[in-house]
Amino acid sequence: MNKRSLVSAARWSCVGIAVLLLSGCNLELLSPKGDIGMQEKSLILIATGLMLLVVVPVIAMTLIFAWRYRASNTKATYAPKWSHSTAIEAVVWTIPCIIIAILGTITWRTTHALDPYKPLDHQTKPITIQAVSMDWKWAFIYPDYGVASVNELAIPTNVPVHFEITSDSVMNAFFIPQLGSQIYAMAGMKTQLNLIANQPGTYAGLSSNYSGAGFSDMHFTAIATSQQGFEDWIKKAKASSVKLDDQAYHALTQPSEKVPVSYYGNVKPGMFDSIINQYMGDMSMDKIGTTPAQASAIPSHNDHAKASE
Amino acid sequence: MFGKLSLSAIPFHEPIIMGTLLMVCLGGAALLGWLTYQRKWGYLWTEWFTTVDHKRIGIMYVILALVMLLRGFADAIMMRAQQAVAASDAAGYLPPHHYDQIFTAHGVIMIFFVAMPFVVGLMNLVVPLQIGARDVAYPFLNSLSYWLTASGVVLVMMSMFVGDFAATGWLAYPPLSELKFSPTVGVDYYIWALQLSGLGTTLSGINFIVTILRMRTPGMKLMQMPVFTWTALVTNILIVAAFPILTVALALLAADRYLDMHFFTNELGGNAMLYINLIWIWGHPEVYILILPCFGVFSEVVATFSGKPLFGYKSMVYATAGIGVASFIVWLHHFFTMGSGADVNAFFGISTMIISIPTGVKLFNWLFTMYRGRIRFNLPMLWTVAFMVTFTIGGMTGVLLAVPGADFVLHNSLFLIAHFHNVIIGGVVFGVFAAINYWFPKAFGFKLEERWGKASFWCWVVGFYLAFMPLYVLGLMGMTRRMNHYANPAWQPYLIVAAVGAVFIALGIGFMLLQFVVSIRNRAANPDLTGDPWGGRTLEWATSSPAPFYNFAVLPKVEELDQFWADKEHKRAYPQYAHYDDIHMPRNTGAGLIMAAFGTVFGFAMVWHIWWLAIGGLLCMIGSFLVRAFDTDVDYYVPGAEVEKIERTRLVPLHKLIENVGPASAGEKVA
Repeated sequence: MNKRSLVSAARWSCVGIAVLLLSGCNLELLSPKGDIGMQEKSLILIATGLMLLVVVPVIAMTLIFAWRYRASNTKATYAPKWSHSTAIEAVVWTIPCIIIAILGTITWRTTHALDPYKPLDHQTKPITIQAVSMDWKWAFIYPDYGVASVNELAIPTNVPVHFEITSDSVMNAFFIPQLGSQIYAMAGMKTQLNLIANQPGTYAGLSSNYSGAGFSDMHFTAIATSQQGFEDWIKKAKASSVKLDDQAYHALTQPSEKVPVSYYGNVKPGMFDSIINQYMGDMSMDKIGTTPAQASAIPSHNDHAKASE
Repeated sequence: MFGKLSLSAIPFHEPIIMGTLLMVCLGGAALLGWLTYQRKWGYLWTEWFTTVDHKRIGIMYVILALVMLLRGFADAIMMRAQQAVAASDAAGYLPPHHYDQIFTAHGVIMIFFVAMPFVVGLMNLVVPLQIGARDVAYPFLNSLSYWLTASGVVLVMMSMFVGDFAATGWLAYPPLSELKFSPTVGVDYYIWALQLSGLGTTLSGINFIVTILRMRTPGMKLMQMPVFTWTALVTNILIVAAFPILTVALALLAADRYLDMHFFTNELGGNAMLYINLIWIWGHPEVYILILPCFGVFSEVVATFSGKPLFGYKSMVYATAGIGVASFIVWLHHFFTMGSGADVNAFFGISTMIISIPTGVKLFNWLFTMYRGRIRFNLPMLWTVAFMVTFTIGGMTGVLLAVPGADFVLHNSLFLIAHFHNVIIGGVVFGVFAAINYWFPKAFGFKLEERWGKASFWCWVVGFYLAFMPLYVLGLMGMTRRMNHYANPAWQPYLIVAAVGAVFIALGIGFMLLQFVVSIRNRAANPDLTGDPWGGRTLEWATSSPAPFYNFAVLPKVEELDQFWADKEHKRAYPQYAHYDDIHMPRNTGAGLIMAAFGTVFGFAMVWHIWWLAIGGLLCMIGSFLVRAFDTDVDYYVPGAEVEKIERTRLVPLHKLIENVGPASAGEKVA
């Protein structure tokens, strides 16, 4: 293996990567289908552009200096004692400071604008969907419609969606890459996420936080559709004769993998809160976590139930 | 009698593991047999296992790290192979049960048992030499630290063959790591391996802070210390501040698992967010613990090979200290997606970005050290240039991830994986390789040959870019980390490229081992007669290569930065004295090894709930410490006459050599 063949291998692999990059072109995060995702995409591009202002010159200078001041180039100036210049030091401290000041300002602004808990500024009233991660599937409860589904989610386009998220097991993260932000799902706590889909389509959803053996199959489809399509979907769910009561819920929470899509035509009211509350018991509710069927039957009487901040 | 341990703990049904076990047994038997045949046991015991010499301990750390690099890399290439084939929900060849242990072990091993021993080993080898000390402040403690790290290694390696390892990810987030969701012994192996090695690291940190603050040679002020020593000082302060947090976090997790407590469980008021905060309050400083000494290495290398003093020494020191302080106020950026408010997220995002300012300054300082230099491209310098390019890219993606709005979509994706490999391989690994090539002659008295070294260099660099650039793209395609298989066929081509990259890195590792073998075999061709093979500037190059066990016959006087360089210029380097004082040295001891061995027994017994053995192991560990504590025969004096003899053998021919070829270039010419 000589250096020449290595260099040529390197060159060809670079070409290979470039071709892949160009032919791929379906970078989900850079082709978002909702407003939040759009804002995050432009944030990524702006921040990257700003940083390239420093990064490109640094890389270029590294290569140029390395070449120009190589020992064999005796024509280049050699200043063996030179090790300080107040002017250069001032510049090398100032430039990163300026870039970070700009980026910091952008960060402060966008972090508030994109706060997952912040309701979207939109004329339409948002719909609420409650997402529960389990080993290893997602359950979605539509409290306004009294239906629920497993591993499939439907939302109307151009309507803000308010997600309330928890886990009935280990930590997961709720994430639909093409719509934007993700947020953790944690047992005994409620996290929130506000998203919107502006284009109809079927988008991949997943858990982005490793949660054990069945994790890789813990994905779901998110269907963004017209208002009519959404209502049809709700009708389809309502048509299911299965009711999500304590017993059905207990059965659902048993660890399972590659769970097919299913619907519940009816959901016990207050289901989501009681899922959270089963982990909020005081000492007298000792065994609650181990028998969720009874646990969720207990009405929510506990004021510990609160959103995590 | 044996707690949870039974023969069924050995995974006889796993062909991959059994094959590995067979190879380990055969290889181990061959090695032991060879050592016995060569009658090397006595030599190993008296010269190495019981040594308290910081240089030898440093070498043992680096060897340990290299061995574990092979294990960690084997895990890596298995993962790459799995993901390259497991497209469209194909099962691949690794079931989740095995795959999940592999990615956990890969992370744990690479951070705790490769990167850490590399870095601690380098500090051991170099810091006392750079400050003109004869050893570290607490030589016995140093030996104990090393053997405790080795204990951790033993437990992690054992978990492969007896029982299983954690399948939780390298930080073992609860509630997944709680008994309810991880009922096997995997997480227990994780806890005790890290507790033992973490204790060793903490003790190392204390040792080096005291060494650097109290044992500098007469006249050396803080602002005259070499930059590597400065970075070591800051790193060890970070170790002492951060590692106890890890110890506590793991102890609380252990309390949950062993004592039925509920610190991090879902039930009874436990809260996993506590653990995640604690582990990252340790975890973020940890990455700076790894990278800062490597920044120090690059600073030494770039100045030496450019033939100039480091540009902006003071800036460098302040930047290092600044990074050290700031590393403690950024931990939350590891979980912006936990649902903190916008003010909190923005604070931690911006504080993270601020770290990039001193880091950027460092890069500029290295650049302006190269500027108007005479750069010799030996291997340490090649690694440094590769680092400067690679790390800049990794730094950029890091700052991008520090913007919460961007992190909301990039968190836990392969983009993140690409980022931290970009900075850890591009920064820590390249830095360690630069350091190994740079300081090898000081440790062994001959240089590493460059041909295989360059082959290794190019394979590593090409392999790195092939393996990790596609991961950035995959992250942007919405692929998340730790997937055993995936449905989206569009991801597969990128994962195949990444697997090819891993093969290149494998070649890089192979060539590096070959470089060691060839260099050792041809060591007569590359001797370092002067002790200063590269035209060095700092004190470690003032003594012979390999350095004598007492480092310096007479402690060097320091009045300025780069004292050795000035001495060479003024032709007062390598002074000869008419009289040498007796030298006070610590005596070798096996106490560290024995304590750590009992520690390993204790850890193993705790993992398997063999309580009598655990109590026994702990008592013996404490007992052997007490025995050592009452041992008064811990030091001795090297007679001045003996020192004189050793020094004369070196200095007389050296002065002849300098007369012949001129003082300043003696090092280069001879080399």
